[in-house]
Amino acid sequence: MEQFLGYLITGLSIGSLYSLVGLGIVLIYRSTSVLNFAHGEMATVGAFIGFTLLCAHVPFWLSFLLPLILGGGVGMLFYFCILIPAQRREASLVGQVILTLGFSLVLQGAIIYIWGAAQHPFPFPLSDSKAWNIGGVVISELTLGTLGIGLIGALSLYLLVQKTRLGLAMRATSENLPAAQTLAIPTRMVLSISWGLAISLGVLAGVFLAPTLLLDPSFMLEPFLKGVTASVMGGLKSLPGAIVGGILLGVVESLAGGYISIAFKNTLAFLIIIGVLLIRPEGLLGKEFKERV
Amino acid sequence: MSLVVLSIIFLPLFVTESILYLLTLIFIYSIGVQGQNLLIGYTGLISFGQAGFLAIGAFTFGHLARLGAPLPISLLCGGLFAGFFGVLVGFPSLRLKGPYLAIATLGFGIAVYQILANMEILSGGYTGLTVPKLMPFFGLTYGASMYYFNLFLFLLFTLASYNLVSSYIGRAFIAIRDNDIAAEVMGINLTHYKLFSFAISSFYTGLQGGLYSLLIGYLIPDMFTFMEAINFLVAVIVGGMASIEGSIFGALFIVLVPQIFSGYRELVPVIFGGTIIIVLIFEPKGLSGRWLKFRLYMKNWPFR
Repeated sequence: MEQFLGYLITGLSIGSLYSLVGLGIVLIYRSTSVLNFAHGEMATVGAFIGFTLLCAHVPFWLSFLLPLILGGGVGMLFYFCILIPAQRREASLVGQVILTLGFSLVLQGAIIYIWGAAQHPFPFPLSDSKAWNIGGVVISELTLGTLGIGLIGALSLYLLVQKTRLGLAMRATSENLPAAQTLAIPTRMVLSISWGLAISLGVLAGVFLAPTLLLDPSFMLEPFLKGVTASVMGGLKSLPGAIVGGILLGVVESLAGGYISIAFKNTLAFLIIIGVLLIRPEGLLGKEFKERV
Repeated sequence: MSLVVLSIIFLPLFVTESILYLLTLIFIYSIGVQGQNLLIGYTGLISFGQAGFLAIGAFTFGHLARLGAPLPISLLCGGLFAGFFGVLVGFPSLRLKGPYLAIATLGFGIAVYQILANMEILSGGYTGLTVPKLMPFFGLTYGASMYYFNLFLFLLFTLASYNLVSSYIGRAFIAIRDNDIAAEVMGINLTHYKLFSFAISSFYTGLQGGLYSLLIGYLIPDMFTFMEAINFLVAVIVGGMASIEGSIFGALFIVLVPQIFSGYRELVPVIFGGTIIIVLIFEPKGLSGRWLKFRLYMKNWPFR
């Protein structure tokens, strides 16, 4: 039982990070209908900036906040400098998705050029060796912090989208772009903010993943894939769906890794996704597809 | 034109082994890229699992060849087995679209890689699987016989794809890409044609896997990572979607760029990525679109 609870808590904490990545992907997909394949690399840039700042002994709050802002900046930059020109030339949706893939390759090259391809340990104030024993279940400081930041991130995004004027504008823009433009909503600005916000969430997840995964230029690839699967599982347009999908994925993965086989835990995760999609193609919380010919 | 044909036929007499090797690699890649283009460019179904099909074809071929099966039979089996898996993966495609399908196929590719990496019976462990090499024929050198063998298959499959594209099946694929509901209304059986598209594409890819392992001579699971699937995508985009000659240009691109920049390995993905961005923004039809414009220009040359 204690073992089971331990796996459950590890799963919840890693799942909350998957949710953060997934939320970013959903945010972008909802507003621009682009599946952002550069999400992982954009977040990696942020995590590396954080790494540099921490190594230079910049105060923690600053070296935590600055990567989020700069990472979001990279997202906005991509939106303004690459996506908008492509949309002006009427690139197809598949084309736009592949644009993000191309940008991810370029970013990865840039990261290797600037920070090198080697692995770095991430000097993080929360350690995973310091742990408490609560009723036989061992919980490390890092796990607890991760769970907390996942909750805070999801909650603040919820408040932003549902309770503020900016959130209202974001929802209106993703619902109906021309109508939002008619209502004098600066849609381009709103969309770029969506991009920036989404990447910031990714950076947040990246900073918390870096201590366990070690920092290297492609360390976000797997979390990114998990985040995409989480969001697809929840239905790509549903923010709560991404949270549910992420946590489900984390728990299932952790349990499967604990009880079945650690080597096949990714495979199992993907098999579950394919199963879910076969039964409910629109995802767990997504709306059914309707299309006009 | 005839000059090009003659030079392709008699090239092995004049050039070095390494150039022959590169050309052979281009022929091999062209087959797989054509398969991917039939799927993405013509039928409009996106697949990130191409590396999985490649691995299945390659390892099937490898095991059969080690058991002593004749070359054509083991090649065919590699292709057919990959095609079989293509149909299996194709089933989700009947209900999924766009990003959802991308994830399902991505999952397939990663699953194949992990199974191979973790099961030593299948993959031969860390040392990999050694594949017997091709026996030189007609008294040619090894490189030249590989060249002619792959040239023959390349021509065969290019001809097959041209015919496929201009037949009823190809038209059905294009109709599905443009709007699948409208295509169904026109009397195209979506189940058959989507599955068929997956089967053909993965057959081509599996065959490429077999040929590739014959050329390289050994197989390790690390050849078939997500990067390899991206390579196919890059080839299709750079070459030009929905164009057979585009696939050949694309294969040329993904084989030659790593060769030219072999001193700067880490630059290759950057070049790939940068090229995708530039191509998609400035020339969405890819190299084949450029080629068409160039041909048109040459045709009315003195006049514009």
